[in-house]
Amino acid sequence: MNARSRFINWGAAVLVLALPFATHALLGQGWVRILDFALLYVLLALGLNIVVGYAGLLDLGYVAFFAVGAYCYALFASPQFDLHWPLWVLLPMGALLAACFGVLLGTPTLGLRGDYLAIVTLGFGEIIRIFLNNLNAPVNITNGPQGVSLIDPLHVGPWFLEKTYHVGGIEIPLVINIYFLFLVAVGLAIRLSQRLEGSRIGRAWAAIREDELAAASMGLNTRNLKLLAFAMGATFGGVSGGLFAGFQGFVSPESFTLQESVMILCMVVLGGMGNIAGVVLGAVLLSVLPEALRGLGGLQEFLFGKVWVDPSNLRLLVFGIALVLMMLLRPEGLLPARARQREFHESQ
Amino acid sequence: MDIFLQQLVNGLTLGSIYALVALGYTMVYGIMELINFAHGDVVMVGAMVALTALQVLTGWGLPPGIALAMAVAMAMAVCMVLGLAIERVAYRPLRRAPKLAPLITAIGLSIVLQQLAALIWGRSYRSFPAVLPADSVSWHGVIITSIQALIIVLAALLMAVLLLLVKRTALGRAMRATAQNPGVAQLMGVNTDRIIALTFALGSVLAAVAGVMVAAYYNVGNYTMGFMLGLKAFTAAVLGGIGNIPGAMLGGLLLGVVEAMGAGYIGDLTGGYFGSNYKDVFAFLVLIGVLVFHPNGLLGSRAREKV
Amino acid sequence: MSRSEVSQGGALLKAVGVGKRFGGLRALHDVSLVLGEGTITGLIGPNGAGKTTFFNVLTGIYKPDAGTVHFSGEPLPVGRPHAVATRGIARTFQNIRLFSNMTVLENVMVGRHVRTHAGVLGAVFKTAATCREEAAIAASARGLLDYVGIAGQAQRIAGTLSYGDQRRLEIARALATEPKLLALDEPAAGMNATERTQLADLVRRVRDDGTAILLIEHDVKWVARLCDRITVLDYGERIAEGSPQEVLAHPKVIEAYLGRGAA
Repeated sequence: MNARSRFINWGAAVLVLALPFATHALLGQGWVRILDFALLYVLLALGLNIVVGYAGLLDLGYVAFFAVGAYCYALFASPQFDLHWPLWVLLPMGALLAACFGVLLGTPTLGLRGDYLAIVTLGFGEIIRIFLNNLNAPVNITNGPQGVSLIDPLHVGPWFLEKTYHVGGIEIPLVINIYFLFLVAVGLAIRLSQRLEGSRIGRAWAAIREDELAAASMGLNTRNLKLLAFAMGATFGGVSGGLFAGFQGFVSPESFTLQESVMILCMVVLGGMGNIAGVVLGAVLLSVLPEALRGLGGLQEFLFGKVWVDPSNLRLLVFGIALVLMMLLRPEGLLPARARQREFHESQ
Repeated sequence: MDIFLQQLVNGLTLGSIYALVALGYTMVYGIMELINFAHGDVVMVGAMVALTALQVLTGWGLPPGIALAMAVAMAMAVCMVLGLAIERVAYRPLRRAPKLAPLITAIGLSIVLQQLAALIWGRSYRSFPAVLPADSVSWHGVIITSIQALIIVLAALLMAVLLLLVKRTALGRAMRATAQNPGVAQLMGVNTDRIIALTFALGSVLAAVAGVMVAAYYNVGNYTMGFMLGLKAFTAAVLGGIGNIPGAMLGGLLLGVVEAMGAGYIGDLTGGYFGSNYKDVFAFLVLIGVLVFHPNGLLGSRAREKV
Repeated sequence: MSRSEVSQGGALLKAVGVGKRFGGLRALHDVSLVLGEGTITGLIGPNGAGKTTFFNVLTGIYKPDAGTVHFSGEPLPVGRPHAVATRGIARTFQNIRLFSNMTVLENVMVGRHVRTHAGVLGAVFKTAATCREEAAIAASARGLLDYVGIAGQAQRIAGTLSYGDQRRLEIARALATEPKLLALDEPAAGMNATERTQLADLVRRVRDDGTAILLIEHDVKWVARLCDRITVLDYGERIAEGSPQEVLAHPKVIEAYLGRGAA
C-alpha cells in the first residue's frame, strides 16, 4: 500500500466515523436514521451479492431470509410470547435459521436453470410472507398483518443503544448508537465477503458462474456449492433481519414484500455485482436516493410557489427514471467487478 | 361436486386472463430471454385506459356494447404504443449488455408506469362501469355469469388467432426463426429488430385485452393492479415452460384452476386450519412441485447443452 | 472376448456394451472399450460417429441407456460429472470450455479444488491450515502451467490466450485434478504441424508420468504415431479395435473413412 492510498483509506475512515455526527448536527435525527437503514441495506446487498454476484444464481425472494431473521428476533424478544432472549443468542439463531431455510429452498430447486430458479425463489419469498401474514390463526404465532410490536431494543452487553450517551460534551443518541452497531456489522460482512471471494470456495463459485458444466467436470460438486452460496447469503439476511427488528421495535409482513427483494437485487446489479465496493455504493445510493427525493415537494414550492405534483408520486417516478437511466448509461454497473467489465466489453 | 364445477368455471375464467398475460411474457422471453417485468403494468394501463374511455363514451350516451368495443380498441392501441416504446427505450439499447441489466431497466419502468398511472388516475380504486349485463345461466347449480362466458370465449378466440398467426403465417415463421437463433434469422433476411418490436406489440395488445377483462370481472381498477396479476401470469408462463406459446396458455389455465380449487378446498383439506387466504401458497407450491419433477415446465423443451 | 481385447497391464477402464439414444437417434450401440494403465488410446471415427457422446457418457455428463463402465475395478458413478472427476477421470472439451474471465492461474487452481479441503470457516478465519493449502494450490498450479509450457501467461485472462495456449491450459486444468485417466476431446483441432508435434510430446510426457490417456482425434496419421491402441467408431458402433497398424489395415475402417468401394 503506498502513501497515497493509505491517505485515502484514512480519509474514508474518518469520514465514515464523522458522518453520523455531521448529519445529526446539520440535517437532524431523521437523516441519521436514513443512514442506519442504508447500512442495513448494505448488509442485505452484500448477502445477496454472494448468491447473485459470486455464484451467479438469480434470487428474487431474498427478502424471505431477512423476514426469517426479523421474526426470529421479534418472537423471542418481545411480549408476544413473553420471551426476552439476548441479542448474542438471537442473531446467530436468526442467521442459522435463515441458512436452514436457504438449504430447504435450495435442495429441491438448485438444479433449475437461471430464470426458473428466479421464479421459484420469488414464489418462496411470497410463501414466507403469506405465512407470516396468516399465522395468527388457529394458533397466534406471528400476530398476522398487525405484526409484532414492543420488541426489545438492541442491547450490546452493558451498552443500551436506546439511551442517549454523552461523551466529552458530544451527544450520542439512539440513531448514532445504532449507526455504529450497524457499521461494525457491515465491516464484518465486507471482511467476510472479501475472504470468501478470494478463497477456494469463492473460486469454485466463480467457476460455476462462468461454466457450470466445465466446473462439474473438474470435480466441483456444483449442487452443494450452490447450496452453500444460498446458505451464506441467507445468513447475512438473517442477521440483518434481527438487527432490523431490534432497531425498529416492530415487524410486520408488509416489510417483506417482493418489491423489497427486487430493490435489493437492483442495489447489487446497479452497483456492480460481484464487486464489494460496487454493491456498497449501489445499496447506499438506492436507499438514500428515495429519501433525498422527498425534498421534491419543497423544491416545487420553492420554484413554482405551489406543489404541482404529489411529491410521493414524483419521488418514486424520478427514482424509477433514475434506475432506467443509470442502467442504460452503465449496463455493467456503476463499479463493475473486473471480470464483468471484461465480459461486457468483449461481447461488444 | 357443485363446488368443484363452480370453482372450475371460476378458475377457467381467471386462468384465461392469466393465459393472455402469460403469452406476453413467454413471447418476449422466447425471443430475447428477458423477463419483461413491466408487462404487468402494461395490463394495468390497458385496464385504466379502457375504464376511463368507457366512462367518457357512456357519458356521451353511446350504447354499452359499442362503448365497450371502442374502449377495448383504445386500450389496445395505447398498450401497443406503450409496448413498442418500452422495447425501444429500455431493452433495445441493452441487447448486448450483461443479462441482468435489462431486468433492472424493466423494474425501473414498472415503477415509472405505476407512478404515472397514480398521477393520472389517482391512488384510489376506480370502479369499472357496469356496461355488461349481469345475467347468468345456472346449470345443475353451477352459475356462469355472462361476463365469465365472455372472458372465456374471447380469450379462447384470441389464443386461437395467435396460434394460427405463429404457426401459419410468414410473420410467425420469422418470429420462430428469431427465437431459435437471432443471428441466423438475420442472415436469412429476417429483420429481427422489427420482429422483436412486433412481438412486444402483440404481447401488449393481448395484455390490454386481459386488463379490460380483469377490471370488468372484478369491477375495479387501480394503479397497482398489474403487479400481482403480472406475477401470477409470469408464474403461469414458467409453469407451462417459458418461451413456449401453448405452454403459456396451458400454464395460465392450470394456474387459474389450481388457485380456484385451492381457494375452494384448502379449508376442507386441512381440517379448517388453513383458509382460502393460503391460495397463493398453494399456487406457488404447485409451481415448485412441477418444476422439481419437470425442470423445464410442462411443455418446455429440454434444452440440452452442446458439449 | 476377441483376442484384441485382452488388456495389457492392469485394465484401468473397462466399458462394456455402452448404449445411448437421443429420441430416435442411436448415438451409441454396444460400444466396449478396455484401456490399460500407462497407455495412450485413440478413439477415432468419422463425424457423428459417437466419439464425443462416448466421452460424455464416460465423464458422467450423459447417463447411458445400456452397458456398464468400470474404472480401477469399480463401477463408475453414472450421470454425476463431479463424482467421476473425483474418481480420477479428467477431461477437456472439443469446443474449449475454460473459465474465460478468470486468470490462467485461477483456472488451474479451480482444478485443484477436488483434491483440497478448505471450507467456509477456514476461509473466513483465514486459519494457518487454509493459508498453507492456498499456497500449495497456487504453487502446484504454477508448476502445471510450467509443465504445459505457458507459465509466462499465468496472470492473463484465460479468454485472451491464443487458441493453442487455451488447449494447453485446458490440459493443465484437467491435470490439476490428479487424474488417473486424462480424456482429451480433439486436442489437436485447429493446430498447425509444429503445435501438433509439441502436443504429442506433451501427451507422451503425461503418459510417462503415470496418467493414462484417451483421446479423440481426426488426424489419423497423428493418432497412429501417438497411440498404443485405437478404437474406431462409426454410426455409434465399434467397428475396429487394435494396434494402429491393425486398425488402419482393417477393411471396415478404410470403408468408413474413404467410403464404400475404396476397400
